[in-house]
Amino acid sequence: MGPVIDNLDLYWSGFLQSLEFILWCLVGSLLVGTVMAAFRVSPVPSLRALAVAYVNVFRNTPLTIVLFFMAFGLPELGINQSYFFFAALGLILYTGAFVCEALRSGVNAVPAGQAEAARALGLTFTQSMRQVILPQAFRSAIPPLGSVQIAMFKNSAVAGAFGIGGDLYSVGKTLTSARGYDYVPVLTGVAIGYLIITLTAAALLTLLERKVAIVR
Amino acid sequence: MTDSSSVLFDVPGPKARRRAQVLTVVGGLVILALVALAVMRLAERGQFDAELWSPWINPTDENFAQVWRLVGEGLLATVIAAALAIALSLVVGIAVGVTRMMFTPILRIPVVAFIELFRGLPVVITIVYVWRAIVETEVPIDWLPGDDALWYLVIGLTLYNSVIIAEILRAGVASLPRGQREAGLAIGMTPWQTMRSIQLPQAFRTMLPALVSQLVVILKDTSLVAVIGLGYRELLDRGNQIAQFLDNPIQSLFIVGAIYVVINYTLSRIAIWLERRLSRASSSADEPEAEPAAAGA
Repeated sequence: MGPVIDNLDLYWSGFLQSLEFILWCLVGSLLVGTVMAAFRVSPVPSLRALAVAYVNVFRNTPLTIVLFFMAFGLPELGINQSYFFFAALGLILYTGAFVCEALRSGVNAVPAGQAEAARALGLTFTQSMRQVILPQAFRSAIPPLGSVQIAMFKNSAVAGAFGIGGDLYSVGKTLTSARGYDYVPVLTGVAIGYLIITLTAAALLTLLERKVAIVR
Repeated sequence: MTDSSSVLFDVPGPKARRRAQVLTVVGGLVILALVALAVMRLAERGQFDAELWSPWINPTDENFAQVWRLVGEGLLATVIAAALAIALSLVVGIAVGVTRMMFTPILRIPVVAFIELFRGLPVVITIVYVWRAIVETEVPIDWLPGDDALWYLVIGLTLYNSVIIAEILRAGVASLPRGQREAGLAIGMTPWQTMRSIQLPQAFRTMLPALVSQLVVILKDTSLVAVIGLGYRELLDRGNQIAQFLDNPIQSLFIVGAIYVVINYTLSRIAIWLERRLSRASSSADEPEAEPAAAGA
């Protein structure tokens, strides 16, 4: 474990960089996923079709290809940004598709009677979504949403392998290639870094699930 | 409509229908405008030029045969890796899942630690770790058929997915009615016999859709080798190779991506179909005319 102890500061900054990346993707993917889920259940056919196409394409494409596309395709569209931006956008779009599906399963888990009651009271689509369906949907969507987000935390390592720069994965790369440390101890340090993130998140998720669980 | 979204709004009246039509048109126009903008930008930069696409779509192009042969080889390599990984994951996953369920709480600790460890690690890290650990400790894997890189990938994927399968299996067993196990024990079967011949077969049925979905995950994850640079020539790696040779990354990635989408979409549909079929079979299980398979295989 020598290399890890010697470079603890480097690991720490990598850990923080990974966390920052993850937080951007967390917020972004929840936003994109929620908007798409709203499209997916909306009465407007063109928006529904867009959401269906989005989900099917991004769920079935490997993340690696999405990231390659961001890196090669966006500059061709005239968008020139850092790799951090490209990788975050790729991971957001990829995760958003799963968030959309998790939310939709949550909406579907709300008993039809709730929606019927809301409609019977004369609430409009937007009102019944906002005040009746979505608050309940979010609750029952928390377990799948949580696992989608934890999967995203792990996928951030793929983005790291692409080179967002300075994150845990690149710390591992720098230490082994540029400074010539042995792989196994360095990777163990990187693995511990990711485990801290994922295991903490999993523990928090269990707590949250217990708190908001609804017995049906 | 099949899902509950139909309850969210009334059967539209004339006014609502008009509004929906307007929104459809507006929404459609916005989407079209965005697509058109993207297409124009791409066209401006010559991304639709014939010479970039022709190796992929023009059979008379000099590179056409070569390009598709490489893609075929890559696809084969991807399928081989995915098939090996799912088969091994099943075997290991069942072993891990069953030991977790059968062992006493103290003996269970290492199994639970194994599960939590590999469930929490990113697959990329697991694959790199397996690769370096095998290289540095000089574990002999030469006797295995195929590239060494194939086995780094397969072992890495197996470690991750077997743990997932073990958890799916455990959820499947947990979802069975308690009476199943109790009945087994009551007629004098040992706990192992009950697990093997009563609980597992039923859990498998409920697991099947989840297993097919896991296959999609594995298929997508095989492409990670291309990022790590292990040198296993699967589909994405071939795609990158072609893109470099022809200097058309967007076009090549588009085709390779489309191939993944088609395969994975088909698998996802199969998973949904299985789920429907199985849920229909089990909901009719308590009806007298249910076929024997549904009554409890």
